[in-house]
Amino acid sequence: MIRFEDLHKGFDAKPVLAGLSLTVEDRETVVIIGYSGTGKSVALKHVVGLLQPDAGDVIVDGRAVSTLDREGLTALRREIGFVFQFAALFDSMTVSDNVALGLRRRGLSDDDLAARVREALAVVDLTGADDRYPAELSGGMRKRVGIARAIALRPRYILYDEPTTGLDPVTAAVIDQLMVRTREHLGVTGIVVTHDMRSAYTVGDRIAMLYEGKIRQVGTVAEIQETEDPVVRQFIEGRPG
Amino acid sequence: MIERVGRRTVDAIKAVGRFGQFLGDLARAVPDVGVWGRLTIVQLRRVGVDSLPVALFIAAFTGVVLALQASYTFRNTVPLYFVGTLVGKTMMLELGPVLAGLALAGRVGASMAAELGTMKVTEQVDALETLAYDPHSFLVLPRVIAGTAMFPAIVALAILTGIVTGWLASLVLLDLSTQEFVKGLKVFYRFKDTWFGLFKSATFGFTITLVGCVVGLGTRGGAEGVGLSTTRAVVYSAVLLLVLDAFWALVLLR
Repeated sequence: MIRFEDLHKGFDAKPVLAGLSLTVEDRETVVIIGYSGTGKSVALKHVVGLLQPDAGDVIVDGRAVSTLDREGLTALRREIGFVFQFAALFDSMTVSDNVALGLRRRGLSDDDLAARVREALAVVDLTGADDRYPAELSGGMRKRVGIARAIALRPRYILYDEPTTGLDPVTAAVIDQLMVRTREHLGVTGIVVTHDMRSAYTVGDRIAMLYEGKIRQVGTVAEIQETEDPVVRQFIEGRPG
Repeated sequence: MIERVGRRTVDAIKAVGRFGQFLGDLARAVPDVGVWGRLTIVQLRRVGVDSLPVALFIAAFTGVVLALQASYTFRNTVPLYFVGTLVGKTMMLELGPVLAGLALAGRVGASMAAELGTMKVTEQVDALETLAYDPHSFLVLPRVIAGTAMFPAIVALAILTGIVTGWLASLVLLDLSTQEFVKGLKVFYRFKDTWFGLFKSATFGFTITLVGCVVGLGTRGGAEGVGLSTTRAVVYSAVLLLVLDAFWALVLLR
């Protein structure tokens, strides 16, 4: 279980998160929606300790992330796969080396490692792309490699940062299906940050809207679709103010 | 005005604190040999082999110019075999390490700052951390070790090249014999001339690569931030290199 507890974070005296509280239960996928620049990715980065909160904390299975030492943080990160907005692949490594990188830290034999890489690439329909470099891939393929890199670790949690941003609708739908398949395949708990409502409705068990640094509303897909909150309504309908 | 001075002072203190923390993190990454050992070999090649042509090119022309300037200065006043002395001493003690260092500050320091800066702004550094790697052992230590180890080797070859081209210039352009040039080389030679230049270049290598990494990993923003970091890395490295040069002269040559 992941619990955001009254999380506060600001940059250069400008508050971004102002008391974010949200609980993500085991084996569910919660989608955090919200306007650009409202701190969705910032919230996600607190889960893996990439950012330190100004106040409050994120609790992962009873562990307060900001209080973990190096070893504790490393142990936590071994349980979490993170899919970055622009995939964050290592340009100098092939696709298979990118996917294998996290696995190399786990002392797997070469055979096991190769098998896990093959399996992860098969899940994202990239079998045969092993020897290609990120620069030779399309945006959608890069995101799929990013997902393969995360699921190869067989994590308990997967965090997706804007997984469909910048993709055409068909490729975005492919990524959505992939996220659903990943959840079913691995039974992982997921947090997806996005402002793509079609994606949110497809992959989310629950949807939470982040607004002015706090959760404005959280509910099932149906509850969000039927909301009467004017701010949430305006966002999900994509109406200008 | 007072507020601005105060803010800059606080910023400077914070920068020193961050640098201290960076060094602490670097020291804690040292036991992680399994990660940095393999990557250091790659960096040794990149820093060493790839940097060699520019260092040798500079040294070759410096040797020729030194021989000609020495001859111009000594003619009719000092025996010409002292051309060998001046070429040897100057290449070993100063111009070999410093000119190669400045050239490599531009080449190696800038390339490291740009590479790590790009990795930082494209979240590759964050990705490394989420994959349970310490960026200090994965990115910084291999580069700093490679710089510290390879700079003396590059400088040694640069010194040798400068002396050889100085000797060739003396033979062809100054009518000096090989025996006279070698006599000049030997006349005031001390073993310290050799190790001083090589030791100094190791500290230059450490400084240039460390600055490249610190500045690169501190990059913020997009392409503009990467450009800014690259420029900063070259300027900081060059300034620190000249300060270090004066420092070692003061400490070791007095």
